[in-house]
Amino acid sequence: MSNLRILVATKRVVDYAVKIRVNAAGSAVETANVKHSMNPFDEIGTEQAIQIKEALAKSKAGTAEVVVVSCGPSKSQETLRTALAMGADRAIHVDSDEELQPLAVAKLLKAVVEKEKPDMVILGKQAIDDDSNQTGQMLAGLLNWPQATFASKVELGDKSMTVTREVDGGVETVKTPLPAILTTDLRLNVPRYASLPNIMKAKKKPLAKFAAADLGVDIKPRLQTLKIAEPPKRQGGKLVESVDDLVDKLKNEAKVL
Amino acid sequence: MSTPTRYRVIALYKQLSYLGREYPAGADYFHKKLKGAFMKNKDLSDPAEIQKRIDLGDYVCKEIEAMYHINKYRAMKKRYYEDAGADNIQAKLENTNWAQGGGSSATSSSPRQ
Repeated sequence: MSNLRILVATKRVVDYAVKIRVNAAGSAVETANVKHSMNPFDEIGTEQAIQIKEALAKSKAGTAEVVVVSCGPSKSQETLRTALAMGADRAIHVDSDEELQPLAVAKLLKAVVEKEKPDMVILGKQAIDDDSNQTGQMLAGLLNWPQATFASKVELGDKSMTVTREVDGGVETVKTPLPAILTTDLRLNVPRYASLPNIMKAKKKPLAKFAAADLGVDIKPRLQTLKIAEPPKRQGGKLVESVDDLVDKLKNEAKVL
Repeated sequence: MSTPTRYRVIALYKQLSYLGREYPAGADYFHKKLKGAFMKNKDLSDPAEIQKRIDLGDYVCKEIEAMYHINKYRAMKKRYYEDAGADNIQAKLENTNWAQGGGSSATSSSPRQ
């Protein structure tokens, strides 16, 4: 294995710890003045790429370059800086203020892949905001590359990788030639926390910016969001006066008797 | 504070202060505690003792990072893999001896992983 180039796709999403609120019109989730961070599954993907790079450097078997890419508004650059602080080498920002659906992102990533010619593309299995779980699979389809999704373990071989996948009720091990698509599951690794000096150093790492329109890709949304609603509120418990009262409530209100 | 460890201590303080921004009990709470802990030891002069405190600080850094990771991991697990919890409840229900209707206990449909 000589020189690998690993492309990692990341997404800026509303932070996992934030309570999600629907906007007044019921058309979207409130994102103004809300803390954002990198999608946790993309963090795992970035960590995996960096681990591969470090393992190659340690064994002196070759080198790897980790390129992170993010599609979205200019604030996505924060996410890219986080990835750079974790240890990625350089970043690409595909700028677009429009709503990007999984198909559009997959097409944009395809254009980036054709430019960068990576040996592996790592994506989080899904983003925690829209939970689509489609981008990696669509990208594999568009590129006609093999895909290993929901990875919980990755071993790199010579021009191939062996991936343990999390499937219903167990695990499955697949081997694929490179180049290939990898999407990460929760148990793949423990993402590192960027140290303060590394965050400072990340500010000097190269970050290329493309406008989505310049990549010559049709990013028009194909799906229309009709309505977004919060889950029903949990109703509080009630105190009952007596056994008769309880039986009556179970019969007439809960209708379980 | 002697000069050799001065920058080391300041770097440690900055790193902890940075980590504290996401502290569950609030950044202000964390910062007060952090400042108190550092001020308490401001008059230390024995190099060995200072080193011990720095090591303790590094250890606390690691602990906080681990805590953040666990919090995030648990949140993800709860959101997307919550069957683990449901399994336990179902197992408990099945192990409970109900006075009546024991035969009607529904066979557990195998939950998705």
